[in-house]
Amino acid sequence: MRKVFASGNIAVAEAAMTAGLKFYAGYPITPSSDLMEYLAEELPRRGGVVIQMEDEIASINAIIGASNAGVKSMTATSGPGLSLMAEGIGLAVITETPIVIAHVMRAGPSTGVPTKTTQSDIFMVRWLTHGDYIIPSFAPWSVQEAFDLTIKAFNTSEKLRTPVFILSDAILAHVWEPLVVKEPGEVEIIERKTPRSKEGYMPYLPDEDLVPPMAPFGKGYKVLVESLVHDEKGYYAPNNEKYKQLVTRLNAKITRNIDWLFEYEGFFLDDADIVLVAYGSVARTVFALAKQLRSSGLRAGLFRPKTLWPLHEKVIRERIKGRKIIVVENNIGKLALDVERILCDREVYKAPVLNLESPTLKEVKEAVTQWL
Amino acid sequence: MALTIKTHPLDRHLRTDRIPTLYCPGCGLGIGLGAMLRGLQKRIDEGSISPDSVVWVGGIGCSARLSFYVNYDSAHVLHGRAIPFAVGVKLANPELTVIVVGGDGDIAGIGGNHLLHAARRNIDIITVMFTNFVYAMTGGQVAPTTPLGVRTTTTPHGNPEPPLDVVKVVSSLNANYVARASITTPHYIEQYFYKALGMRGFRFIEVVSTCPEVYGRHIGLRDPVEMYNELKKRVTYKPRPTLEEAAINWEKGIVIGEYIVRDNPGFIDFLRGGNK
Repeated sequence: MRKVFASGNIAVAEAAMTAGLKFYAGYPITPSSDLMEYLAEELPRRGGVVIQMEDEIASINAIIGASNAGVKSMTATSGPGLSLMAEGIGLAVITETPIVIAHVMRAGPSTGVPTKTTQSDIFMVRWLTHGDYIIPSFAPWSVQEAFDLTIKAFNTSEKLRTPVFILSDAILAHVWEPLVVKEPGEVEIIERKTPRSKEGYMPYLPDEDLVPPMAPFGKGYKVLVESLVHDEKGYYAPNNEKYKQLVTRLNAKITRNIDWLFEYEGFFLDDADIVLVAYGSVARTVFALAKQLRSSGLRAGLFRPKTLWPLHEKVIRERIKGRKIIVVENNIGKLALDVERILCDREVYKAPVLNLESPTLKEVKEAVTQWL
Repeated sequence: MALTIKTHPLDRHLRTDRIPTLYCPGCGLGIGLGAMLRGLQKRIDEGSISPDSVVWVGGIGCSARLSFYVNYDSAHVLHGRAIPFAVGVKLANPELTVIVVGGDGDIAGIGGNHLLHAARRNIDIITVMFTNFVYAMTGGQVAPTTPLGVRTTTTPHGNPEPPLDVVKVVSSLNANYVARASITTPHYIEQYFYKALGMRGFRFIEVVSTCPEVYGRHIGLRDPVEMYNELKKRVTYKPRPTLEEAAINWEKGIVIGEYIVRDNPGFIDFLRGGNK
């Protein structure tokens, strides 16, 4: 364990190395680039490889290849870069390849404002690519949490053989805070299951937990990585039965673990009359507002999901109790749609801030007080 | 009566439970794969390559599907993205022998940018590109190699685009090996593939192939044998052809041979800090 002073991007990079990262492929894009630059310096010293590919499409496909060759791999990108990676992330879903993608949100659509923040992409990481799937996504609010949730992201990807998102933003990427870097051995690191025997090995035959053991290339398992809808052997299976079975399992292996996946933090929720819901960097200002409202006599609370997808609907229903729910986010009101759906019997209000900077307390207060 | 077991000497290289393949009668891919497997067999027999270390990667298309008929570690990935996937595999485990197979659409069309950069980096993988002048699996649309003027399903008034000379393009970069063979000369496919397996850096083999169904039939060659014979007539072997001879010209002929042979340090050599 060592105490350092670091940015959110550095925290993600350090956590990735603690989790056992051995391969990083990426393409520079603001505000994610210095994450790659940090790894380019550090990872080779710890026995890994960093390569700047020709584009984001190559980067995502390269990390999928590397993961299938048996090493933990990741990439990081922002807005337009993630748009380019969409198809590749779908490949990781259907081939059940563990990878981690740090998506550092900037303003959009399109090229947007490269150096400025928003929280516009939370649905992008949810519904990025074609087909039916759930990709676990974690949204830290501090440098320390960026570290901790990156460890969790790697653990999730390895445990469930799935791509996982770290959803950061330009604010968190570049804010510097004290960070406790945990070394391997000081924190639980999960490794992917490998098959017990070569005899009868099928790359997509799941165990009880719905996750198939994963053999790396080069060990004689005759693995078949297949992007088409496939059976347990990896053979193309364009029939209703196998399609339904595969897609159901790909989703169920995630939802079945929701108690483990879903993390949140609650402040002053027990007697809250008004619950503010916020996540990521914006939640820092909303937390200050919740405290201010409380000191002015309003019973305000804050519910802060650290896991954005999948949402734990039962937990949200149990923990968010209050007359009014106000969802504060730096976009046109996206998570609010789900909160409204889940808490359909309560008053849910959208308080979008739409700000290229970290919103001030005054701005957040204005957005919220219209509903008080 | 004695039981006759029908096996083929190359069966050990194939996922035989997937046979028959989906390839059309008269398709050149079987000849190409057979020749490649014989080259690989020689390397395995002489002990220079372990079958467990071989990984086949294909993108999308008829040719790319060769990757899932072989009884090796293999991956059938996205259209155009076999090369970056293979780059990741090789960098994660440099001990592996990584082979990319695909058609000209997959490798030089949608995947063209990756081809350039793999050659520029001299990355230590082998790419075998089957050129059949058309997008075959999707039904006969224009490809980057379709000759000028040819009618395809998306150029019904004749192809207005001059074709890409892939051998010349790859040769202009840092690839250590660039060769061209044809399915009418399977012994050269075998020889070049065998040779490439023993080299480092980026190795590129173009195999001129036949698609009797959606190319031959559409240009008036009414059966596979006719198409094969027409191609055979046009193929000329030269031991060290010049790059000026690399253009594929149906009228003047198609020159096969080894265009580039060199032994520059591969990408992995640079990564390891060596420059031998």
